[in-house]
Amino acid sequence: MADERTFDLAVIGAGPGGYVASIRAAQLGMRVALVERDRLGGVCLNWGCIPTKALLQSAQVLSLMRRAGEFGIHTDNLRADFGIAVKRSREKAERLSKGIEFLMRKNKVALFSGEARLTSAKELEITGRDGKTSEGIRAERILLATGSRPRLLPDVTVDGEVVLTSTEAMLLNRVPASMIIIGAGAIGVEFADIYQAYGTAVTLVELLPTILPYEDEEITALLHRALIKKGIKILTNTSVERVTVEAGQAKVGVTSKGERQALLGETVLVAVGRLPNSEVGGLKELGVATKKGFVAVNEQMESSVAGIYAIGDLAGAPLLAHKASHDGIEAVEKMAKLDDVRSADPRRIPSCTYCSPQVASIGLTEAKAKVMGYTIRVGRFPFSASGMAMTLGETEGMVKVIADATHGEILGVHIIGAHATELIAEAGLAMAMEATPEEIAGSVHAHPTLSEAMGEAALAALGRAIHI
Amino acid sequence: MAISVVMPRLSDTMEEGKILRWLKQEGDRVDGGEIIAEIQTDKADIEMEAFGSGTLRKILVRAGQSAPVGHLIGVIAEEDEDISTVLAPVAGVAGQTAKPAGPGAPTPASPTLQAVTAGRVKASPLAKRLAQAQGIDLSTVKGSGPGGRVIRRDLVAMIPSAAAVGQRAPLITARVAAMTPPTPSTAFEDRELSPMRRAIAKRVAQSMATVPHFYLTVEVAMDKATELREAMQIQTPDLKVTFTDIIIRAVVIGLARHPAMNASFMDDRIRVYSQVNIGIAVALEEGLINPVLRNCGAKSLVQIAREAKSLVERARALKLRPEEYAGATFTVSNLGMYEIEEFTAIINPPEAAILAIGRIQSKPVVVNGDVQIGQRMRMTLSCDHRAVDGATGATFLQEVKWLLEHPVHLILQPE
Ligand SMILES: Cc1cc2nc3c(=O)[nH]c(=O)nc-3n(C[C@H](O)[C@H](O)[C@H](O)COP(=O)(O)OP(=O)(O)OC[C@H]3O[C@@H](n4cnc5c(N)ncnc54)[C@H](O)[C@@H]3O)c2cc1C
Repeated sequence: MADERTFDLAVIGAGPGGYVASIRAAQLGMRVALVERDRLGGVCLNWGCIPTKALLQSAQVLSLMRRAGEFGIHTDNLRADFGIAVKRSREKAERLSKGIEFLMRKNKVALFSGEARLTSAKELEITGRDGKTSEGIRAERILLATGSRPRLLPDVTVDGEVVLTSTEAMLLNRVPASMIIIGAGAIGVEFADIYQAYGTAVTLVELLPTILPYEDEEITALLHRALIKKGIKILTNTSVERVTVEAGQAKVGVTSKGERQALLGETVLVAVGRLPNSEVGGLKELGVATKKGFVAVNEQMESSVAGIYAIGDLAGAPLLAHKASHDGIEAVEKMAKLDDVRSADPRRIPSCTYCSPQVASIGLTEAKAKVMGYTIRVGRFPFSASGMAMTLGETEGMVKVIADATHGEILGVHIIGAHATELIAEAGLAMAMEATPEEIAGSVHAHPTLSEAMGEAALAALGRAIHI
Repeated sequence: MAISVVMPRLSDTMEEGKILRWLKQEGDRVDGGEIIAEIQTDKADIEMEAFGSGTLRKILVRAGQSAPVGHLIGVIAEEDEDISTVLAPVAGVAGQTAKPAGPGAPTPASPTLQAVTAGRVKASPLAKRLAQAQGIDLSTVKGSGPGGRVIRRDLVAMIPSAAAVGQRAPLITARVAAMTPPTPSTAFEDRELSPMRRAIAKRVAQSMATVPHFYLTVEVAMDKATELREAMQIQTPDLKVTFTDIIIRAVVIGLARHPAMNASFMDDRIRVYSQVNIGIAVALEEGLINPVLRNCGAKSLVQIAREAKSLVERARALKLRPEEYAGATFTVSNLGMYEIEEFTAIINPPEAAILAIGRIQSKPVVVNGDVQIGQRMRMTLSCDHRAVDGATGATFLQEVKWLLEHPVHLILQPE
């Protein structure tokens, strides 16, 4: 029997990067150790994607119930219990985390619980959760997948009561009367949507000129309008100068166009981005190079030190779970020297925000395509012209296809509206296959579905939309 | 393997091309990348290069004759190879001068595409379109996609032009493509050019080739400007006035006093602008862009700082409208934050000059016979010698230096 402390690969961090890499490595016949200091599934399952999506679903059921009358359903005495929504979100996270434990056992991945530290490029020391016991393991290669944590503002202390990060915001035991959310990226916007549905007065503060600043401006303008209509207050072009807590209340000093203002709220959520967990013990000593805090890697996902690899949030943007998983598979397959390993083209990674209406996109925005010098054709199709959207009562939304005018290369697809995050998959496949609007328009979309809007938007890019 | 040489699409609007002359004759040896013919299109006369090596076995369209885009005009193959299958699809039309029947007539299906359907070449839809437009026979291309599928990347390597990524410029880069790489054994990776990279490449090459540059460097005492900046940061903490803002304000005043520097050389005259529009060089991951601060003459330092901040932020977020990065009359490029001591910048034509800013350093200086620590910065002005002479540039630079050393003039009323 092989030595129980010697492995082909040791993976640090069991998020969607690390656990997926572990499974793929085991499938390829490697002996794999996976070290996790918190819970299996990482941020994504426990403190990110999954619990927030569960809370959003509660919020969206609630919003739908509020307009049930429209569908001929009367809901007197509608009551919402936020505590149960939080509990449900924890149960879902728990279930999935358990599932990963099962997958690890099935694939014979050796699990180690505790904080890992590198003592050499081939050795780890793992300190148990009690902080006392420690054990050492050895591996031919080490894969770092330690993820990221919320970025804080200088001089602001998170207390979990008044000042929150996303982690605390998904565990609140009450619905606050008001919340100031600093940062209108995906996380900020999703929490704005959750809490506003439950009755919190939400103010969203963003430094850049638009909310979801990296999305297409035409789409974010529609989202901006939809959120304001719900009652969310939005301050863009606004910088936060300081955050203080006075008498149990948050006070946020902001400046916009040279004018200062103080916002008061029961809670403040700091959602200004994420920082990589690159302070893993031993990395500095071994000379692993970082770039703006992220571990710098080459196309093999290998760091500046041979045999040490990095993936997922730790290795840089986009900080998305599906990118982390893709990285994990790619890194391991390249270690195994498989033929034909596909790298994810960063331009073809979809990005989704699950607020209502949802926003999903892939590729270049219109502005970016223009700045980059493309001559483009844009096809749009509004949900208001879609039969399915009408029957669903979800006519707010549109699909926008951006194609290169000369050869039809699809440069970007942007969707806002119900099920946008599901609809974007077709665009992802089209781009991966190098289809052009001709092929999207030429594939028959079932009627009635929201996906018809994708076909129509492609037709519109060719100047031949039917229903508009 | 035989290579079909077809009439390439060399511009957006091109439907047919005329062979001006063949540089190779039947039986001549050709190497990939070598120029084999000159073609006249609706826009220009353009050299056409071979996409592969072999012997030019057949010329189907003679010099002086025209052929529609995609039409087979020649065949390159091994000396003794059977080329009848390549010739077969056009056998019926090979004898005639292939002229389209007139406007509106359907363009004859290109032999390339016929080959594709006949030989079942696996290729992405985009690759097919590109191949058709560029007159490349897909069956000759080695695919790097799953299962040998030909994808865009494979063609981009063969097309030395912008066409692959959707830019309009035709294939005029034949000579560059003919250059041989350093040593054949050096490992390399070919990265595709983004349109932005291509535009930058074209612009800087054109500038260096056509604009006679000369350079002037001065050292500036930045002690007072540093104090001014600190004072302003206390006064307007939300704004964070930068050194670039302060330098822009000095340049604006300098240009107002030396309008000859705010000009363009226009072949038969020099155009002097009455408005000062300052371009600010901003580095992006994709390349670089110069957002333009318009009508600066009338703006105070605070206004300049505020507008520049918003412009630069939006430039980084790629949120500029096209009109926001066009129309500068003078550009400022600051690499001080990268700890660069000094550098020379390439002029953005049609501007007559660009100012390159290095970092501010503490260094020992002699003041009234005493050695003190001073804040020093070096800046270099590149000038278009066709528009301005050395003395003009020098007096302007002296003025900017004086203003930065006496910055109280920067916060007086705009002039
Ligand atoms: C509120 C929120 C919502 C999100 N929603 C989405 C979404 O909808 N879609 C999406 O794609 N992405 C979403 N994300 C982002 C997504 O969660 C991350 O991109 C993803 O989790 C990154 O995966 P990872 O494997 O790189 O790291 P992580 O998931 O961060 O996992 C890293 C793991 O490493 C462990 N670890 C760190 N250091 C050590 C050490 N020294 N020893 C042992 N273990 C260690 C950590 O405990 C952690 O479990 C969201 C994030 C947040 C915060």
